[in-house]
Amino acid sequence: MQFNSFSDFINMGGYGFYVWLSFGAAALILTLLLISSKAGHQQIITQISKRKQREDKLRQAKELRKKQNEVLNEVTE
Amino acid sequence: MTLKAQSTQETENLTAMNGNSVIDNTVLENAAPSSQPLSYRRAFMLVLKRDLTIAMRHKDDIVNPLLFFVIVVTLFPLGIGPEAQTLSRIAPGIIWVAALLATLLSLDRLFKSDHLDGSLEQMLLSPHPIFVLVLAKIFAHWLITGLPLILIAPLLAVLLHLDENSYTALLLTLLLGTPVLSLLGAVGVALTVGIKKGGVLLSLLVLPLYIPVLIFATSAIDTAALGLPYSGQLAIIAALFFGSLTLAPFAVGAALKVSTN
Amino acid sequence: MWKWLHPYANPEVSYHFTNKLLPWLSALAAIFLSIGLVWALLFAPADYQQGHSFRIFYIHVPAASLSMGIYVSMAIAAFSSLVWQLKLADASAAAMAPVGAAFTAIALITGAAWGKPMWGTWWIWDARLTSELILLFLYLGVIALHNAFEDKNLAGKAAGILTLVGVINIPIIKYSVEWWNTLHQGSTVSKLGKPSMSLDMLWPFIFCFIGFSLLVGVIICLRFRNEILARNSIRPWVRELVQQNTVK
Repeated sequence: MQFNSFSDFINMGGYGFYVWLSFGAAALILTLLLISSKAGHQQIITQISKRKQREDKLRQAKELRKKQNEVLNEVTE
Repeated sequence: MTLKAQSTQETENLTAMNGNSVIDNTVLENAAPSSQPLSYRRAFMLVLKRDLTIAMRHKDDIVNPLLFFVIVVTLFPLGIGPEAQTLSRIAPGIIWVAALLATLLSLDRLFKSDHLDGSLEQMLLSPHPIFVLVLAKIFAHWLITGLPLILIAPLLAVLLHLDENSYTALLLTLLLGTPVLSLLGAVGVALTVGIKKGGVLLSLLVLPLYIPVLIFATSAIDTAALGLPYSGQLAIIAALFFGSLTLAPFAVGAALKVSTN
Repeated sequence: MWKWLHPYANPEVSYHFTNKLLPWLSALAAIFLSIGLVWALLFAPADYQQGHSFRIFYIHVPAASLSMGIYVSMAIAAFSSLVWQLKLADASAAAMAPVGAAFTAIALITGAAWGKPMWGTWWIWDARLTSELILLFLYLGVIALHNAFEDKNLAGKAAGILTLVGVINIPIIKYSVEWWNTLHQGSTVSKLGKPSMSLDMLWPFIFCFIGFSLLVGVIICLRFRNEILARNSIRPWVRELVQQNTVK
């Protein structure tokens, strides 16, 4: 152990500001990157599922219209 | 009188456009597999001639970047102050940064109009290696923008009180450096030609690549001002030039294929 | 010889492989990083000249070398995607760009914070600093180009070309120390196993370096996974996966 007390550790022999600035900046940037990368997974999944739902709806509407047309045709025949 | 002049100019323009298409046609006709295949030299010359003729007909494309160059350089003394000593100290940097920006400004028309009217795709479809055609286009671009820059630079150097020893260095670095700017810039343009708002992106892509040229060129001029030999920096710029000359056309070709898709 | 690699060219296989790899990588990264950082901050001796400010070294140097290393691996991925048309290499290159940019930024910030007490200034226009800054610009250019295209595959190809053009910058960074002699100190970890650092300082450095490399691996895996999903969104296996995840 290089430091005698906690305040010594924080002080870093007078270089505390610079040391903690660099460690803090690195930690901040890496955490942000890590979180955004992790969140991106769920984001993409919801994005794809939304698109899928939209396509499903479109397909259902198409089928419905088809069925209606068939019914209509039968009626007119 | 003016009307008549205008109409004659219009007819001239018309013939000019016809001339254009004639040149285009010759490129395409010769590109057809049935006719005699073009030699690389002839293909190069044809594209070069075509680009130069087009540039000659839109003279503002040549003049505007040059004017921009001059105006940017004149702005610096106004912003910094007229002391001869300060100006001569920062003259190489100003001239080079202005040259960089002027080149960047003129880059857009390297492929843009060709992309819009479809002749770029024709060029890519032709049986000639893209390397040759692209090199011709870049060479034409350099002749149109780089060369006038070099010619006008000594004049601006006088305005900025550049050290007398550095004039040769300035000209030599510009002579070796501006082709590098055109070559590297062509890669950036080729990448962004298909994007609608490519202008800002282009500067973001290209300017970092220009930094080595800028560093070595200004350092050569500064060294020359001290009366020391600057062949080392010049050699590095030459290396950058030859390196980009051999590699950049390949990158441009690949990038054009991506952007025209 | 390369046969064992072939299954990983399939997006589905490599997606699941990445998923399986992630917990192990994360655990290893956490272990190495916590050991390395605690060692570096608490137990490593202070430098006889630089005092405790030397502890910045344990982040600065790994970040700087990783920023260049990531660029090189991005260039390799871009090269293989352009030459062999590997879609996954494209995805991995796209995953690497933001990570590399982040590490370049860290290297610059820590460098500035180290330079202030040592040289008396936050920033000097020395070769290595400048080329690190250029590297950041290159990364930002690649990211911007990725975002400019609607089509992910086109974006990958365009960014790949830019990456390969920019890779010329890497040797300039590496050798600039020898070309210009400036305030910046020479490389402290020499290549031939004769470190000018004492062993007490070298060990925590090695732990930090491995830890940061593993962390890079973790983040790249996370992003790679996302890129695969985004590029294969119409494939049935992705659809199934999405269904499972949203039903939960």
